[in-house]
Amino acid sequence: MSADNEKQQRPDSAAARPGARSEWAIELEKINKSFGAVHANKDIDLKVRRGTIHGIVGENGAGKSTLMSILYGFYTADSGTIRVNGEPHAITDSRHALALGIGMVHQHFMLVDNMTVLDNVILGAEDSPFLNKTLSRARQQLIKLGEEYSLEVDPDALIENISVGQQQRVEILKALFRGADILILDEPTGVLTPAEADHLFRVLETLRAEGKTVILITHKLREIMAITDEVSVMRQGEMVETLQTKDTNPEQIAELMVGRRVLLQVEKQPATPGGVVLEVENLSVRDRLGVDRVKDVSFSVRAGEIVGIAGVAGNGQSELLEAISGISDPHSGSVRINGQTLDMRGDDGAARARRAGLAHVPEDRHRMGLVVTFEEWENSILGYETYPNYGKGAILDSAAAQAEAQKRIEMFDIRPANIKLKTANFSGGNQQKIVLAREMDRDLEVLVVGQPTRGVDIGAIEFIHKQIIKMRDAGKAVLLVSVELDEIRSLSDRILVMFDGKLVGEADPQTASERDLGMMMAGVEQAEAAE
Amino acid sequence: MSARRPLPRWADILLLPAINLAMAFLISGLVVLMIGENPLYAVQVILYGAFGYGDGVGYTLYYATNFIFTGLAFAIAAHAGLFNIGGNGQAYVAGLGAILVALALDQTHWLITMPLAMIAAGVFGGIWGLIPGYLQAKRGSHVVITTIMFNFIAAALMVYMLNRVLKAPNTMAPESETLDIGGRVPQLREFIPFFGYSPVNLTIVVAIAFLVGAYILIWRTKLGYQLRTLGHNPVASRYAGMSNSKLIMIAMTLSGACAGMVAINEVLGVQNRLVLDFVADAGFVGIAVALIGRNHPIGIGLAAVLFGALYQGGQELQFVIPAVTREMIEVIQALIILFTGAMEGLFRPALERGFVLMSVEQKAEATARATVDSES
Amino acid sequence: MDIDLILSMANATLRLATPLLLAALAGLYSERSGIFDIGLEGKMLASAFAAATVAAVTGNVWLGLLVGVIVSILTTMLQGFASITLKGNQMIAGVAVTMLAAGMTTFLGQTWFSQGGRTPQLRGDSRLQQIDLPFADQLAGVPILGPIYSEVLSGHYILVYVAFLAVPLTAYVLYRTRFGLRLRAVGENPKAVDTAGISVTMQRYQAIFITGILAGLSGAYFSIAQGAGFGNEMTAGKGYVALAALIFSKWRPVPVMFTCLLFGFLDALQIRMQNVDLPIVGQVPVQAVQALPYILTVVLLAGFIGKAVGPRAGGVPYVKER
Repeated sequence: MSADNEKQQRPDSAAARPGARSEWAIELEKINKSFGAVHANKDIDLKVRRGTIHGIVGENGAGKSTLMSILYGFYTADSGTIRVNGEPHAITDSRHALALGIGMVHQHFMLVDNMTVLDNVILGAEDSPFLNKTLSRARQQLIKLGEEYSLEVDPDALIENISVGQQQRVEILKALFRGADILILDEPTGVLTPAEADHLFRVLETLRAEGKTVILITHKLREIMAITDEVSVMRQGEMVETLQTKDTNPEQIAELMVGRRVLLQVEKQPATPGGVVLEVENLSVRDRLGVDRVKDVSFSVRAGEIVGIAGVAGNGQSELLEAISGISDPHSGSVRINGQTLDMRGDDGAARARRAGLAHVPEDRHRMGLVVTFEEWENSILGYETYPNYGKGAILDSAAAQAEAQKRIEMFDIRPANIKLKTANFSGGNQQKIVLAREMDRDLEVLVVGQPTRGVDIGAIEFIHKQIIKMRDAGKAVLLVSVELDEIRSLSDRILVMFDGKLVGEADPQTASERDLGMMMAGVEQAEAAE
Repeated sequence: MSARRPLPRWADILLLPAINLAMAFLISGLVVLMIGENPLYAVQVILYGAFGYGDGVGYTLYYATNFIFTGLAFAIAAHAGLFNIGGNGQAYVAGLGAILVALALDQTHWLITMPLAMIAAGVFGGIWGLIPGYLQAKRGSHVVITTIMFNFIAAALMVYMLNRVLKAPNTMAPESETLDIGGRVPQLREFIPFFGYSPVNLTIVVAIAFLVGAYILIWRTKLGYQLRTLGHNPVASRYAGMSNSKLIMIAMTLSGACAGMVAINEVLGVQNRLVLDFVADAGFVGIAVALIGRNHPIGIGLAAVLFGALYQGGQELQFVIPAVTREMIEVIQALIILFTGAMEGLFRPALERGFVLMSVEQKAEATARATVDSES
Repeated sequence: MDIDLILSMANATLRLATPLLLAALAGLYSERSGIFDIGLEGKMLASAFAAATVAAVTGNVWLGLLVGVIVSILTTMLQGFASITLKGNQMIAGVAVTMLAAGMTTFLGQTWFSQGGRTPQLRGDSRLQQIDLPFADQLAGVPILGPIYSEVLSGHYILVYVAFLAVPLTAYVLYRTRFGLRLRAVGENPKAVDTAGISVTMQRYQAIFITGILAGLSGAYFSIAQGAGFGNEMTAGKGYVALAALIFSKWRPVPVMFTCLLFGFLDALQIRMQNVDLPIVGQVPVQAVQALPYILTVVLLAGFIGKAVGPRAGGVPYVKER
């Protein structure tokens, strides 16, 4: 098997690895990288043993992806040394990394959507100025690699027509076609179903068996425990520790990741639900390509309860949130608030949803919830700017808006307490508080919250969780969508599980086990049974 | 990327444009030098021509009037994130509205004719902006391309109208009948003899009012807030419940109507009839004016006067130094657009580094920024 | 209909389509690489002026053509420097370059030749000659094909043949070569190209280098082939018609050729139709025909006939670091 593999490797890349007998595939020493004032990597040391699967864990923003992008030559480190197979190299661009046998599967795939699988695979690895020969060689090799690692894909399919799981295969094939023997995978399972993820892990094990080195970036402890040999933990741009996976446990890693014991259970009283406030009936959403993202979803949320929607990212939760809050026009079905059906037509449905009493904290504050180039107070009225509180006619009463923003800054402890500061200059947690304050500090019936603590520091997480529970205790209906199962379990009074655009089950957070939820999230009835 | 941070406000709105302007003038000066003329003398001539005597000042202001309108037109669209390159066509078509009303009412009084002609010009120019706006909003056609196309369609349309429909019966030239006194906007020279024979007219008052109006619209109204939200983050505006398509159409209509006011200055104020190509690329000058004026009414007002002076001074220049034709002004204008619009990146990084080195007290703020989470 | 009329219309169509075709192909390379180019007109003007000036001064048309192309490349590189290296606004760069070329050509023309911005009349060897294809006279007698060969295809300037040969060549380059693969990729997803170890910047500069050459040929066609010297604004908006043709053909080489032929035909028709009474409709205003390419492009862009979606990364400077 491995002899076969040697033959496939391109001679130039093999020649570029003179020290191929070193125990360490990768050695990083004192790597530093800053983006503007943000110090993303501080004095990072890391050693990756040849022929192992090495996990790198850390929270969002811990600097994992930056570090790997430096190793891959996509970014250049400000200082520090990189040794590949024992030899020091200044990796200045990805071409250089590829020549050293380093391949990377990025979190957001680096594929050209309107080109074929084959075109994508050979891009940058063409043999000559004319494509014919490369194409036929690549076609053969693709079929061979596909069989060898069970990574079959149709070489002539357009990327935009194949599934996300297939696209990931193409990314791995791209690296293997280039003769990579060090493979970096950045959050590879974020978009996969558990069954697809298991398949990926089997592929990775095959690679390891053939002597290749795999670096797996993730924030999921389950994956670390399941597949890695060693694990390195990063926190806030620093390397905390490297451990043997067999000698550690999830609790220890979690503690290292966040710097103290994680607060998994949030203090809260049992819910006292009232009447039904939010009703979603037979809601379906079709995207621009004609794919059904949400399929016939019905549920309701009562006053004074938190309903959590669990699921692997990309199973229709985002589309569901956008449809309920009036941002996208649903394909069919209806949303009612206190019995009133929302009118979703046109591109200003969100305004009507707001007027009906729906407040929405979106999943992605940078993209959607804020205008980061605005001053803080301007974001404090976003979506509510036409309300009479900010002037009765066409003129905007900025004094009133600023006074209100000032009040909220104190109420939600937003720092720095400066309403004239550009929003981009606030930290992630404080930006999230700006959104929360805007959406919560008003007369509302339903609070819809997506990924409330994504990219938010620990201190702010507690605060945000408390605010959400406070809304529930004030008798509001709360709909929570999160891909963090812990968050769903600790906040929700009722859990709905979403898979492939459908609601596949309901669970009681008190009684349901993580395993049961995981099975539902994997859609076990539909997919072939895992294992 | 080593230490860099946004420029202080004053440097951003004054120093950087000043450096870019200086570069444009420097290169223009080199061109003048290259053909063996003295650039400093040329500057002197331009300055004298533009500000040295009453007629010159009048002409400068007359040109500036056009440029205020086209500059504002570009800026209003730009605030909504739209690149309206069709100011020329919008102003040109607006001439139709202006002349139709003015011809119909030229036996009355300008106090009646002017406001109505403004409305008509605004409607015609507005529609010529609205169509590309509609196509962008509802059909997804790129507004830059459609407005370019609409400039050419406008040119063909106006040639047709002037040759076939509006042509005065007693003339061979493709132009409309001449307006009677009731259809003409009063000249400033009627009240202020200082302006000599120059064509600066009451439309400049309208232009100044438009500057104030645009400021209020963009920064003091709810609509302005919505337009800016759309311009900065169209996903956020949709999330907020604003109708992006409606806002795009409103912005393009307002922009076109604003450009349309050029027709009042030209048709009712100067030519007293509709002639071919009366816009004379004022729409493109407007892009330069808005860029150098940073899309702010105060900046646009100042930049419009600067360009008015260049245009008037350029006429003078051609007269005094025949080797330096008025196309030199077009070169300067192009260089200004290039440096302030497309090559802003040339001096900004160096300036930003310079400021970081200079300032100690800003370190505190830089540290505050360091806490910004990075989604890696 | 008169056979001679048809043949002469077909001939005129080829002649008028040529500069459009060269310019549209020029735009194709740039836009496929992710650089929107509304500065085609400027490059054409610059080249037309430079070619005519050098041809007039040296009396050598080939030297004129060469310098025209070089000036066009330099103009393109200026625009590219602003759009690629400085990551400036591509639209503004295009506007600026066009304006700069319009101003500089007239200004320098007046300064150097004092003929109202025109360059001296080109005669003899200082102007491109029309080429008779082999056996054109002998084959003229062959029914149908003979006249088409001798009257329509033969007797054009060399740039006409260059333009039409550039079409299959471009198609081959785009779809069958490494350069073409990378070109298509960099206009769609530059990050994918970057992570594949290819320099986005270099790829884009290479693409616009070709843009410069083709736009230069297109501009020179006006002043040293079709015309005998440079005149003010002599490209007369053809750069924008070419842009329209490029969009109309959805950035694909062979459709670009057919669209340019259509637009060239409309141009020929519009010249022919001046003051001609047609049955039933009477006189069709020439302006309507002149405006047709623009109107057609708008209609296409609006998605009423198909949908024109440009290269996805077009117009956006590639920024790697955050």
